[in-house]
Amino acid sequence: MNQPAPARRVQLKPPVTNVGVLGWLRSNLFNTWYNSILTVLALALLAWLIPPLVRWAFIDSLWNSTSEACRDIDGACWSVIPNNIKFIFFGFFPQGQEWRPALAMVMLLALVFYSKERSRWKKSLGWVWLASLVIMGILMYGGILGMPVVETSQWSGLPLTMMLSFFGMVAAYPLGVLLALGRRSKMPAIKSLCVVYIEMIRGVPLISLLFMSSIMFPLFLPEGVTIDKVLRAQIAIILFTAAYIAEVVRGGLQAMPRGQYEAADSIGLNYNQTMRLIILPQALKIVIPPTVGILLSAFKDTSLVVIIALYDVLKTTKVALSNPKWTGYSTEAYIFLAVLYFIFCYAMSSYSRRLEKELNTGH
Amino acid sequence: MKQSDIPTGSGSSPSAVPFWRDAGKRALVFQLAALLIVAGTCYYLFSNTQANLERQSIATGFGFLDKEASFEIAESVIAYSAADTYRKALLVGALNTLKVSFIGIILTTILGTFIGIARLSSNWLISRLSGMFIEVMQNIPVLLQLFFWYAIFYEAFPSPRQALNPFNGVFLCNRGLIFAIPEAHAAYPAMAWTFLIILVIGWFLNRWGYRRQELTGQAFPALRITAAAAILLPLGVWFLYGTPTAMNVPVLRGFNFQGGLTVSPEFSALLLGLVLYTSAFVAEIVRAGIQSISRGQIEAAMAIGLRPGRVLQLVVLPQALRVIIPPLTSQMLNLTKNSTLAIAIGYADFVAVTNTTINQTGQAIEGVALIMIVYLFFSLSTSVFMNWYNKRMALVER
Repeated sequence: MNQPAPARRVQLKPPVTNVGVLGWLRSNLFNTWYNSILTVLALALLAWLIPPLVRWAFIDSLWNSTSEACRDIDGACWSVIPNNIKFIFFGFFPQGQEWRPALAMVMLLALVFYSKERSRWKKSLGWVWLASLVIMGILMYGGILGMPVVETSQWSGLPLTMMLSFFGMVAAYPLGVLLALGRRSKMPAIKSLCVVYIEMIRGVPLISLLFMSSIMFPLFLPEGVTIDKVLRAQIAIILFTAAYIAEVVRGGLQAMPRGQYEAADSIGLNYNQTMRLIILPQALKIVIPPTVGILLSAFKDTSLVVIIALYDVLKTTKVALSNPKWTGYSTEAYIFLAVLYFIFCYAMSSYSRRLEKELNTGH
Repeated sequence: MKQSDIPTGSGSSPSAVPFWRDAGKRALVFQLAALLIVAGTCYYLFSNTQANLERQSIATGFGFLDKEASFEIAESVIAYSAADTYRKALLVGALNTLKVSFIGIILTTILGTFIGIARLSSNWLISRLSGMFIEVMQNIPVLLQLFFWYAIFYEAFPSPRQALNPFNGVFLCNRGLIFAIPEAHAAYPAMAWTFLIILVIGWFLNRWGYRRQELTGQAFPALRITAAAAILLPLGVWFLYGTPTAMNVPVLRGFNFQGGLTVSPEFSALLLGLVLYTSAFVAEIVRAGIQSISRGQIEAAMAIGLRPGRVLQLVVLPQALRVIIPPLTSQMLNLTKNSTLAIAIGYADFVAVTNTTINQTGQAIEGVALIMIVYLFFSLSTSVFMNWYNKRMALVER
């Protein structure tokens, strides 16, 4: 009978410094002496920065006024945005026709939003996408149903940014996968062509490709043949992004254990079947995070077309700011654009995190 | 007899196996077709280009490099005037690119490491603030950031007459950042040389100390001795030269400052934008690298009695660097390539100068080719160096 005596339980409350707000502060902000110093320093920095910023952005600011009214205030002149929003968004699209690109963009966003659930990825959705892209193209270009033709040189602002990024991503992805397969190929000629392409593109800045598309490419074509400037920039962006995607996909292919290839061989699958059914589904899944990183930078990089004088949303903003009425309010306009880009990029990266979690069927 | 009809893959019985069923021959056909298509496209483009150039009577070749450039470049590391050749103008541009990339890479590494470590801090406020910095900087195009900082310089900062004066001898206005520098004196080059010589001696001392520890087990504090010498000896040199303290202070004359050192708004905006943007990516790399070290490694190191500093030096860093260096290299290359955006805010980097050259001479093909060659050279030489460093750090497996 060596049983210990039942201990009398005394419910002691934890010390007040370890629970609640005080406990949280203690364990998260003041747990060591240097952390305490850091906290105080960070708080001091915030106290020094935030009040003037809030006063500038919200208290002393004007949100919807004329440019004259803005000259008399110290704060931000957000009025620059509502007053120029039509030009910033739609650029040189003909007056009165702005509903067309607006509708096309809403369609694209709605489709993207609808397609984000994996349960909706069916063949019919593919057809819906194809039909919608055709409708969007008709909306932008016009020519039928009484809509006047709008040349691509007049496509500008947000629709241009979205078009360059959307097609840049959609077309670059399969091309990148093909290049990655080519680089892993056993055929020396195919392999070296792919290696040279990938390494050369990755070694040069995007600007040089854009320059090539805008000033050098016209020299490549036979006399009389011209290719649209927007399309040339689009091709440059696709070619550039594809090389980066290829490297990411190659990483995924290399991570596949040999057993997967051998298993596919042993059940008699040929190269195409092996890749399509066994290797690529797994390899592409494990490289989702870096692929989204590449697609995000492709989206951000479309802003570089400013330099070859295409009117994307950054350029239309600059043009709006060059109006003497609104010069001097660049900060406000750029902050607006930054928020816009941030929302898109943040949505994309959080979606990739979700997809990664959903696809994580690892053992 | 039947057995020999089964294709063996090498095409031993051509009469029985059509060539499209033979993997080896099929591969040959594919490769030939690919090569033919590429060669054909190249020839087509080349002949078109030839015809176009002839029609527009544009001379080909790099002969234009020796002609007079006749355009000014706002900032230059070496002496340059409009009377110099295009060759020299392009060199000025390349040096400007090197300048901004070199300073940018150093600052980015420092800032990125700090923010990456801060992201892992147990201090909630610090960790959240660095997380916010990373998210914001990563999700805004770098070109927009450059425009933003440039606009701040041009619109928010006053003219030289009302220049901000945050510290004594430092002025901030829409002409850039102007600050006082020490007046040229024989003491400063002597100090720099002393410092360099001590670094070299310190390197050898460290190697000798390491070898002695391997042989005898006695540690030698080479790092501390070198650090102390590197601070104290140049200071001693400064005293030997009679402690020169004269400063070259910027003074407002007319509409601009004279004297001191001026950092142009273009350079500042470019450097600021590139460093802030890239350091957000570097911070994520550093965080991932540190997190890749399993807790057991640190605990094991502490269990055999290493002090925290030695744990970091001998166990954590060598392993973390292995994870950090390859992506860090590509971020540095990204910074160099992104520095080409300088053209958008008017900093005379290599692309901007080449663009001016193309506009003046019409030598588009040569210009774009030069840009590509120069950046390929930068990229490849950086990767060669980094691969060498990476190989030294790489895991030596049994």
